Amino acid sequence: MGGRQTTGNAGTPMSVASDLRRTDAWVMPALVLSVVVAAIVGLSAGAFPVTLDSFYRAFAKLITGVPPAAPDERVLLSIRGPRVLGGLIVGAALAGAGVVYQGLFRNPLVSPDVLGVSAGAGLGAVVGIFLSLPMIAIQGFAFIGGLTTVALVYAIAAAVQGRDPTLVLVLGGVVVGALAGAAISLLKILADPYDQLPAITFWLLGSIASMRAADVWSALPAVVLGLVPLILLRWRINVLSLGDEEARALGVEAGRIRAVVIGAATLITASVVAISGVIGWVGLVIPHIARMLVGPNFERLLPAAMLMGAAYLVLVDTLARSLGRIEVPIGILTAVVGAPFFLWLLWRGRHGWS
Amino acid sequence: MRLEAHDLAFGYPENSVGRDVGLAVEPGEVLCLLGPNGCGKTTLFKTLLGLLPAQGGHVTLGSDALSALPRQEIARRIAYVPQAQSGVFPYTALDLVLMGRTAHRGLFAGPTREDRELAQRALDDLGIANLADRDVTRLSGGQRQLVLVARAIAQASPLIVMDEPTASLDFGNQVVVLTEIRRLAARGAGIVLSTHDPDHAFAIADRVALMHGGEIISNGRPADVLTSERLHTVYGVHVTIEKTSRGQVVCAPSYSR
Repeated sequence: MGGRQTTGNAGTPMSVASDLRRTDAWVMPALVLSVVVAAIVGLSAGAFPVTLDSFYRAFAKLITGVPPAAPDERVLLSIRGPRVLGGLIVGAALAGAGVVYQGLFRNPLVSPDVLGVSAGAGLGAVVGIFLSLPMIAIQGFAFIGGLTTVALVYAIAAAVQGRDPTLVLVLGGVVVGALAGAAISLLKILADPYDQLPAITFWLLGSIASMRAADVWSALPAVVLGLVPLILLRWRINVLSLGDEEARALGVEAGRIRAVVIGAATLITASVVAISGVIGWVGLVIPHIARMLVGPNFERLLPAAMLMGAAYLVLVDTLARSLGRIEVPIGILTAVVGAPFFLWLLWRGRHGWS
Repeated sequence: MRLEAHDLAFGYPENSVGRDVGLAVEPGEVLCLLGPNGCGKTTLFKTLLGLLPAQGGHVTLGSDALSALPRQEIARRIAYVPQAQSGVFPYTALDLVLMGRTAHRGLFAGPTREDRELAQRALDDLGIANLADRDVTRLSGGQRQLVLVARAIAQASPLIVMDEPTASLDFGNQVVVLTEIRRLAARGAGIVLSTHDPDHAFAIADRVALMHGGEIISNGRPADVLTSERLHTVYGVHVTIEKTSRGQVVCAPSYSR
């Protein structure tokens, strides 16, 4: 792009760009379709065969409120249904939170797990399990743990000056995450080996295998509550991603909005971590792919990433229970997919963010 | 709207940068801030914009003290063109310009159709409508600078502060931006800009403030302020100031020792 651009006739050479925009039009419908397909695949796949007729009957029972009788109806409504629904919610929530963290920290390599939110929320939830608390309290503990970690990492990044802030942020996340990990290990040693330890271990691997309808309903309100400010403040979040100083010069109360938005993203992360355990990489990888598809504008990026995260997690979960005789915890699979992707991003260099 | 600074002291905590700065910009006036690297121009600008708290003295925008105004109202009164950085996220140029409209819309609102038209017109004004859908991280420094100027135009504030708006521009685009600054002033905007080129001050400034070591050592009409003695004091080079046959004033430094 050596030539001067300013001499171009106003408005003429936009055809390339508007072509791009036209191709964008199919992205959202395609993502919605992929979520539907993922849900159908997730509901259909498994040892117990279901037919189209099973879907009809199960759906009718769901609508009328009659308890499912036939085994295929029970498989759909009580086992695969909550699992698929849970997968959709967890995937959408982690991807959405990842988009927010990357935008606000102005760093496309941060994610709920890199910043230690997941580890912090994990510690909170493990404390909850250790104390044999009810689900709602475990969720509350996970939220407090997650929020505390973000605050700590943020404070570290603010306190360490004169170094590459990105590096400080990531290293701060590693350090705080490691501390949380040490605390989790301590609790594992102290936990009841027959009752609590298996629950903690399985939970830390990340799984939506034991998802019950009650789990879904306990996480959903918090996720929706966290989404409200993100949707309302969508345009301010774009402006904030330019950095505090520029955002303030454009009329945005950067500090206050940042606090609200990080709180919301942390609420979302913590509430799904509380029901699914620590499922890594989704919040890092999906936002990138979504940004490649629809660009960085939060108004489109947030819904795109959430749809993609939902479809992705259900498909990976279906894979996790179909691969072998025993089920592979889903956190292992998302890492297998995510780690090479992360390396690929590093290898592609700066323009990999686009 | 009038911008005024009285006895302004500015800087960072535990690091005072400048003091005793007084200046005023009337509507339709271009004030050019000239001074060597590190003399505190950017810090002064950030203080005028309320991005840094003043360490002494005060700034007024119109009839109100800057420190008493909420962020959104400040942005409606004064726009900022920062030095172009590459940016992290690949927004389109149009999106970046649209962000200039933020202060005119509610907390929960996105850009309206009117905002899009204003943003498009701002790009047209600078002759960069062809950049509208381009990824700003892939633009050249000069193109990015023009997009930031377009954003300030879209922000439609009566006052604009520009931090070295011509710094990364090629010769032709420097003229484009300087011409646009004059045009904005003709439409009633009050503009403060910093530059490293005294020729630019002669070309477009109504007033020049010469800054040295955090203080304004001279403030007035370009021909009165920019004498070869003062330029020698501030920059340490010998300069000849001459009028061309067409009446433009230019500075020619001496390259011999």
